[in-house]
Amino acid sequence: MMNNAIETRDLVVVRSGREVLHGLDLNIPSGSVTGLLGPSGCGKSTLMRSIVGVQKLASGTVTVLGQTAGCRPLRDRIGYVTQEVSVYDDLTVAENLAFFAKVLDVPKSVIDKAVQRVDLTSHRDQVVGNLSGGQRSRASLAVALLKDPEVLVLDEPTVGLDPVLRRDLWQLFHEIADAGAAVLVSSHVMDEAERCDRLLLMREGRIIADGTPRDIKEKAGVDDVEDAFLQLVESNGVDA
Amino acid sequence: MNPRITLAVAARVLTQLRRDRRTLAMLMLLPCILITLLWWMFNDMPGQTFDKLGPGLLAMFPFIIMFLVTSVTTLRERSSGTLERLLAMPMGKGDFLFGYALAFGLLAALQSVLAVTLAVGVLGLEVDGPVWLLTIVAVTDAVLGSALGLFVSAFAQTEFQAVQFMPAIVIPQILLCGLFVPRLILPDGLRQISDVLPLSYAMDAMKALVDGSDTGEVWQDVAVVACFAIAGLALGAVTLRRRTA
Repeated sequence: MMNNAIETRDLVVVRSGREVLHGLDLNIPSGSVTGLLGPSGCGKSTLMRSIVGVQKLASGTVTVLGQTAGCRPLRDRIGYVTQEVSVYDDLTVAENLAFFAKVLDVPKSVIDKAVQRVDLTSHRDQVVGNLSGGQRSRASLAVALLKDPEVLVLDEPTVGLDPVLRRDLWQLFHEIADAGAAVLVSSHVMDEAERCDRLLLMREGRIIADGTPRDIKEKAGVDDVEDAFLQLVESNGVDA
Repeated sequence: MNPRITLAVAARVLTQLRRDRRTLAMLMLLPCILITLLWWMFNDMPGQTFDKLGPGLLAMFPFIIMFLVTSVTTLRERSSGTLERLLAMPMGKGDFLFGYALAFGLLAALQSVLAVTLAVGVLGLEVDGPVWLLTIVAVTDAVLGSALGLFVSAFAQTEFQAVQFMPAIVIPQILLCGLFVPRLILPDGLRQISDVLPLSYAMDAMKALVDGSDTGEVWQDVAVVACFAIAGLALGAVTLRRRTA
């Protein structure tokens, strides 16, 4: 029985002539929330795109739930939220969800639940284009929650959100992980680190630390993840 | 391909358009206004110029408008991330393309019925062949426009670029389709080029209809246009990549 939902082996990705991922070996388990943390431009989104199978790979492999990433049977089992708000601005929240529900072949009854989970019930029938940035990204998140995914990949889902809402969303991510899914959440804000079961710290296309937040802090001998990040960078140079 | 998903795409596109009242009004009214303008221009002049040019315009409006609308909307879908999301879902490329073609085809049918009704019923356009066939030709042209629009949207990075494909792809076809100079007397070279452009066959179909020629001839031309449309959709499918760099 394998319990790694996502595995990458020697993953190399080149974008516009520049190598952005330099041979990543990763294991991401089911049943926990893994945070992918690193500064903007370090390759987080590229790694996530590779996992959901929309990124061209230069070499290496990405295996999701025991199958090659991006293969047809996986498309039903993965939830993916891109960094851009990928819903239709000229449709209401409910209309967006109804469309994606049809594509995913899930009953209409799940729409209200998804709306409620992202706390948009009162904006259900508003056109997405008229909502605030945070509300729009939550509408985008709701789409990924329509079909209880076994792997949920979220690219910076909490950027610019109200702290109360952010807390509630992290709680939601944990509920989804507790139900057995692998949840991978990226963020460029280090203070979200404490909310994750496991962390992958990333910098310049490499993983510089991999472990629980406590392990990482203990190893570095500091008490917050941001300091640990700094120390790792300074002690190892770029060649982590 | 899956009919459930194809229809979902078509329904969604129509809902989006329904919300955009201004676009919808322009789609429906502009061809009528332009055809009225043409009628007015030639109304008092000797010769049957309106009867000669009218059918060609009825074939051309849906083609041009659908080309523009489709290339811009698909480009928007590519750049907003919704296409990437859909392709990470169990959505076939065919579902996406035919969903769009279906929605815009339906709209084009509506547009053509309005324009044809006005031209024949009110402005007195003389058509010897069956009038309903005129609508069929117009709808096929519209689907062709959609198909080409889908295809070129793959080569545009911005909406500005997408709009520039109109003079590049559409205007040469208008010049060579026989509206200005009958295709038979075009100089060598140009005549051969006009033979491989889809709009030429659309225009041939309209001409055959107005002259009251055998409807078999009309159907033949319509079939050629439909083949071009299907080829355009197939090429469009090739340009939809699940994995991008």
